[in-house]
Amino acid sequence: MAIMKLTRRKFLIAGGLVGGGLAVAYALGDSVPDNKALVSSAKQGEYPLNAWIKISKQGEITVAVSQAEMGQGIYTALCMLVAEELEVDLALVKPEPAPVHPVYANVVAIMDSLPFSDGHHNGEATAGAWAMKQVGGLLGVQATGGSTSVRNFWEPMQQAGATAREMLKQAAAINWNVRADECIAENGIIKLKNGSKSSTYGDLVEQAALLEAPQNIQLKSVNARKIIGKSQQRVDIPAKVTGKAEFGVDVVLPDMAYAAVKLSPVFGGTVTDWDENAIKTMPGFIKAVRFETGVAVIADSFWRAKKAVEALPVTFDSGTNVHLSSKSIFALFENNIESDDGRSYSDDGDAKAALLLASDVHTATYKAPFLAHACMEPMNCTAKVGDNDVEVWVPNQTSTLMSWIAEQTADVPAENVTIHNTFLGGGFGRRLETDYVVMAITIAKELKNRPVKLVWTRENDIQHDMYRPAALAKFSAAINESGMVSAWHNRVAGPSVTRSFVQRLIPAADTDMPDNTTSEGAADIPYQFENKLMEHFPSPTAIPVGYWRSVGHSYNAFFTESFMDELAWTAKKDPVEFRMAHLGEHDDFKNVLRKLAEVSNWGSPLPAGRGRGIALHESFGSIVGQVVEVTIGPNKELSVDKVTCVVDCGEVLNPDGLISQMESGIIFGLSAALFGEITIENGQVVEENFPDYDMVRLENCPEISVHLAPSGRPLGGAGEPATPPIAPALTNAIFAATKERIRELPLSKSEYSI
Amino acid sequence: MLTLTINGKTMNVDAEEDTPLLWVIRDTVNLTGTKFGCGVAACGACTVHLNGEAVRSCSVPVSEAVGSNITTIEGISDGKLTAVQEAWISEQVPQCGYCQSGMIMAVSALLNENPKPSDEEIDQSITNICRCGSYPRIRKAIHKAVKLQGEA
Ligand code: FES
Ligand code: FES
Repeated sequence: MAIMKLTRRKFLIAGGLVGGGLAVAYALGDSVPDNKALVSSAKQGEYPLNAWIKISKQGEITVAVSQAEMGQGIYTALCMLVAEELEVDLALVKPEPAPVHPVYANVVAIMDSLPFSDGHHNGEATAGAWAMKQVGGLLGVQATGGSTSVRNFWEPMQQAGATAREMLKQAAAINWNVRADECIAENGIIKLKNGSKSSTYGDLVEQAALLEAPQNIQLKSVNARKIIGKSQQRVDIPAKVTGKAEFGVDVVLPDMAYAAVKLSPVFGGTVTDWDENAIKTMPGFIKAVRFETGVAVIADSFWRAKKAVEALPVTFDSGTNVHLSSKSIFALFENNIESDDGRSYSDDGDAKAALLLASDVHTATYKAPFLAHACMEPMNCTAKVGDNDVEVWVPNQTSTLMSWIAEQTADVPAENVTIHNTFLGGGFGRRLETDYVVMAITIAKELKNRPVKLVWTRENDIQHDMYRPAALAKFSAAINESGMVSAWHNRVAGPSVTRSFVQRLIPAADTDMPDNTTSEGAADIPYQFENKLMEHFPSPTAIPVGYWRSVGHSYNAFFTESFMDELAWTAKKDPVEFRMAHLGEHDDFKNVLRKLAEVSNWGSPLPAGRGRGIALHESFGSIVGQVVEVTIGPNKELSVDKVTCVVDCGEVLNPDGLISQMESGIIFGLSAALFGEITIENGQVVEENFPDYDMVRLENCPEISVHLAPSGRPLGGAGEPATPPIAPALTNAIFAATKERIRELPLSKSEYSI
Repeated sequence: MLTLTINGKTMNVDAEEDTPLLWVIRDTVNLTGTKFGCGVAACGACTVHLNGEAVRSCSVPVSEAVGSNITTIEGISDGKLTAVQEAWISEQVPQCGYCQSGMIMAVSALLNENPKPSDEEIDQSITNICRCGSYPRIRKAIHKAVKLQGEA
């Protein structure tokens, strides 16, 4: 039996880093970085104890969070880690966006954790590694993506809390003329062990801030934890039920103007002519702006700007992409996949030879479409360009990158750039992109010293996204007499996200290199096959592609877990047993599968017209298994009745938060599987808005039950891993109910109605 | 100038008659709790109440709201949270939170009209989109709010 070549731990880190576009990291060095990064943001009476924690004289504790809150609960997670070590109630700890500062992103740490030299793609430098060097090296990266937040910050945040606690103890010890270890921290108070003296954190903080941060602090033992591992109410929720939470689109500034845009519908098209005079008398009109790919109107309200830009006569040169269509793109994939240009990402035994010798080869072709992110909050950015400075308010997943792009676009010195992050009305990878920031600053430059809020319409958003790549997969496999897969050859064709992303940032870059986002979820499947080959056939197109929740896993899981199911039925084996038999020594996968079979009542009889399907997939360091139950009516009326989900993501910080991320990931993937498709015709996107890019709603949302199966494996992500398995679990369920094998998404293509 | 009554306050606003109520609420009155999601009445992010009834304000011309009591998310509670808001917290509904003002407004209107809706009635009337997929919790929270209201 072949042994998995790549070292798993390293690969997992890779998945996380590359998966999110850019890494989130902070060097876990020998000690916690000092308070310099926070000094400037400290208000009167507030004292920073290190780079993460400020305490006021009134005892209010503020945690600087360098991660974007986009719904994943990161504010709560990071505050929990601090509160635990600082010995305070979670309610006393308030999150605050961290300033843009290199301390929150250490490139060395990112580079050190890159796995690119040893495995998965045989020692080649990769586009991902290259991107990290160029972009990361240039900027220091402060980004939220790849389900990496909690993983990267778990220990540093605990350390930050513990360091602050020890400094407070020391301050008390000096005052009382005792040793620090005679003092204890409890509920925001430092006490002498014998109880004879006590001081609040607020009383001590001014002195503590002057002390040297201690080294080598013991973190609390697992048994002593009061907060970590217990479900906590999220700190950001109260503001989100009253309308008070401020998203980027809600920014209101004195004397602010509003901008709306009209963009070339064809990718790569440019403006050749316009008649700005035609709209000058429209109400609220302030200024029209022409840029390469479109035009904008600045007005005194968004609606007036939008009406004026719609009325603005513009001529576009469509450029060279006008003949591009989904059809031509899939034809390109079909063509490339038959070439010899495949890049091998995993190669055990000799799959091609084994398939030539096999008497019966099972083959299948799978397709997945382009997808839009469709964050609930449309893209927006407010910019104020001064004579030599720029200030930007933008909900984003990577403030460092935003800061860099703002500097370039406004052409001002780096130190004169200020980025304000807000709550994000969804991110999903879309807000790692800088396009709308460039646009906002370009427009605001025309109205010096006055803030301009650019808001995209939903139509702008759907038609000018950086899409989840479309992809095509071809499988060939053979099964031996004992019902085991003896050879597996998986070819995938599609564009590379990392390449597209890096080229947008650094157009001169040569990025024709391996990219794990094309192979993740295909090369690294846990199943042990005697002969296994996974190849990717790079197929760049003019459609910009980007990081979309779970990235390559989002389509590769559909391909591999569907085909695995096909093989199980071909071998006349139960799909759970068939998978189990191929899991070799992977006890953690087996645990998840076993638990899933149990909690989903796998194997219990179902009435006619109903079916149950399973999928098991690892991404971003977490193993997720799902069973879907469907009911199919006589005219292909589909009802997704129930999803049972089991997750092993290592240690769990906030169980309820994890459950909500699983629910979220499932529904996100379900919307895509049922309805999601971005169609290209004449070089442009056909879909415009929710009516033709539909979503799951309450009415068609299944019952979801999530079960945690922590095995003690290293910490994994939560935001993305629930998305990949849902599509194959669903289509496998449809097969079980109807014997119709769905090989192309979305399901609406196969005439299922929901 | 048009005269509007929003959250009990009467005000004059400068806007063309066909301006969607949403943009008057957000940009003219600066009540930003009401959100823009699609502009075509397809997502419900912009839901407000007109005389207690849920409407999608992106698709209501402001002129139609003259003379009605307009209530936004900022106006449904005075200091004390409503049962729906309480339930939203106790069931930990919001994720990114962007859709939730609209959800809460839609659900509040439903429960005013039908204090004990069945799951089918909920499905029929709450058709807002939540891109984060908080639906399972929304359903639980609606049932919880029904209970809280019953106890009050
Ligand atoms: S913004 Fe009004 S329904 Fe979507
Ligand atoms: S909570 Fe994010 S869209 Fe509903």
